[in-house]
Amino acid sequence: MTQTSRILQVAEEDGRGRKALRYGVSFIVLSALLLILFVWNVNSGSVDLTVREIAEILLWRRGDETAVNIIWQIRLPRILAAMILGGALSVSGFLLQTFFHNPIAGPFVLGISSGAKLVVALSMIFLLGRGITASSAVMVLSAFFGSMISMGFVLAVSRKVRQMSMLVICGVMISYICSAVTDFVVTFADDSNIVNLHNWSLGSFSGTTWSNVAVMTVIVFSAVLLTFLLSKPIGAYQLGEDYARNLGVNVRVFRVCLILLSSVLSACVTAFAGPVSFVGIAVPHLVKNIWRTSKPILVVPACFLGGAVFCLFCDLIARTVFAPTELSISSVTAIFGAPVVILIMIRRRKTA
Amino acid sequence: MAKKFFFYTEEMTVGYDGKPLIKDVRIELDRGEILTLIGPNGAGKSTILKSITRQLRLIGGCVWLDGQQMQQMAGREIARRQAVVLTERIRPELMSCEDVVATGRYPYTGNLGILSAEDHAKVRAALETVHAADLAERDFNAISDGQRQRILLARAICQEPELIVLDEPTSFLDVKHKLEFLEILKRMVLERNVAVIMSLHELDLAQKISDQLLCVKGDRIERHGTPEEIFTSEYICDLYDIEAGSYNAAFGCVELPPAEGKAEVFVIAGNGSGIPVYRRLQREGIPFITGVLQENDIDHPAACDLAAEVFRERAFEPIGDEAFALALSRLRRCREVICPLRTFGTMNRRNGELLREAERLGLLTDEISEG
Repeated sequence: MTQTSRILQVAEEDGRGRKALRYGVSFIVLSALLLILFVWNVNSGSVDLTVREIAEILLWRRGDETAVNIIWQIRLPRILAAMILGGALSVSGFLLQTFFHNPIAGPFVLGISSGAKLVVALSMIFLLGRGITASSAVMVLSAFFGSMISMGFVLAVSRKVRQMSMLVICGVMISYICSAVTDFVVTFADDSNIVNLHNWSLGSFSGTTWSNVAVMTVIVFSAVLLTFLLSKPIGAYQLGEDYARNLGVNVRVFRVCLILLSSVLSACVTAFAGPVSFVGIAVPHLVKNIWRTSKPILVVPACFLGGAVFCLFCDLIARTVFAPTELSISSVTAIFGAPVVILIMIRRRKTA
Repeated sequence: MAKKFFFYTEEMTVGYDGKPLIKDVRIELDRGEILTLIGPNGAGKSTILKSITRQLRLIGGCVWLDGQQMQQMAGREIARRQAVVLTERIRPELMSCEDVVATGRYPYTGNLGILSAEDHAKVRAALETVHAADLAERDFNAISDGQRQRILLARAICQEPELIVLDEPTSFLDVKHKLEFLEILKRMVLERNVAVIMSLHELDLAQKISDQLLCVKGDRIERHGTPEEIFTSEYICDLYDIEAGSYNAAFGCVELPPAEGKAEVFVIAGNGSGIPVYRRLQREGIPFITGVLQENDIDHPAACDLAAEVFRERAFEPIGDEAFALALSRLRRCREVICPLRTFGTMNRRNGELLREAERLGLLTDEISEG
């Protein structure tokens, strides 16, 4: 081997080492952040506790009866929901961005969350009118159904328009229509439970039960695991459909998988927490820039972790800043997420 | 039974949405050969290439690769044998050139697509083959068009294919990068015995790099043959329906159409001295006549394309009486004579006589003092 190629080889291995270091550090930092936010979240609220007390409550359920109950029945399910659903949202966003080759695609801006919201609201009202409380399964199924309807519209539009901004505008319009119909049916439905429905339609992690957590864990973890196993074709697909096909990817099947997985994930979020904005765009973008890669094998787990941190952080703010009044989670995620979208647009402009 | 080719098509009919566009496309190619599709824009070159790479479904017939019918081969099997370089510009997010090249290893990696040390070595080797080892860490979106095409070629190389299909790979490149790109491709073909099918817009390059050419025109394959068979000035003009201007197959160069009108300028030329003058007159819209040129003079082809009339002598012969007399009588009726020619030897001595006659008549414009 010649001298130059030896040097290049060493440099390259060195580069790989540096990259691996970056990946490792990023994962560790984000995990640490998650842990800190977790503790902080457990600790925030009307009852003040020390870290030691929290540890005792979490590990041995020891301590003041009320505190144990508050933490185990209210705060913990909510925290887990924020983490799991936040992760689900950002993975869903990443899948949609891959599918549309569009960095500002996400379940919220494309109107998929709103479609889910509409169908969930309709089925809740229908069931409540007959005196039945909607179960988790019904909620998730209706949300999935609603997601698929919106997704159908978006896909139909995407066949006609190639421009990413136009696609997003169409999504926002779909979202407005669905929200308007939802507001309409919520306003005219007469039931005392409608108050809940109203809160839910604004987006919130509050009121999550352990059984909700169990259902969302099963759905989200299986979907994210499947997504992770699709890392390889996702990576090939990032170069465009034609290259992916040449590399032996069954593009049709693959596209259906992307749609189904992203819909299941965002439907699950909507079913339990209502529509949550911008997480699906902001987190994958931030994650890719922190890791400085778009390799799906890294980005998928990183997105999940990042989404968990982001939503935990936003929920903390939603819960505590104006306590005892709670903000809707979407308002908070929008404040942090929307600027990222603007940033992406500006950057694109520059490099395009 | 005729010889079996490495890659061939049988009555392949291609088109979009089930509508046949070009029928009965016959391609026969062995490893180590380059087949180039040429033809006017929109003639269906890309349609044929997309059908071969299975981006488009065949309307009829079949494609054979190394004794197997491609429609019946698994995606992974094809991926190990056939690589592509496409025209569509890709803008992958946050991918280094090395990452882009590494996607070529896809058909060889496991379920999660993790590269082994061997894969990394192959990626590096591919980058070195295209002289792009120094680009490895650069962002793919931040490099020039020429570099980008080289990286995409490296990607195809590290897929270790037996056949590479390229759709207008040199379209966005400047002349240096066009040559560089094709040189690398040619080396690949010779060293690794790869078969190449591509489409090119640059006729001059197609003529030089191809072993076979396929002329695609609208709904049919008009001709199929070696560069020597295809590249005649008449046929190329016909293939591309060239009406304004001309194409010279010997030099592979184009000329704009000659100026119109009555020619009143005579150019005494030869040995290449005439070409710049012809082109200047053409640019200025001045019709001219020229002579006396032997048919093997390098001024001759350009003169034929650009001059209103050429006075010529047979190749290797000194200027004869007949040609001289014709030129002289015509020169006397001109209002201006240009003589860029400075040397007069055995073969063109009589051009010197033309020059003296022009001087005597006071028609001569000094080309050098003008330039």
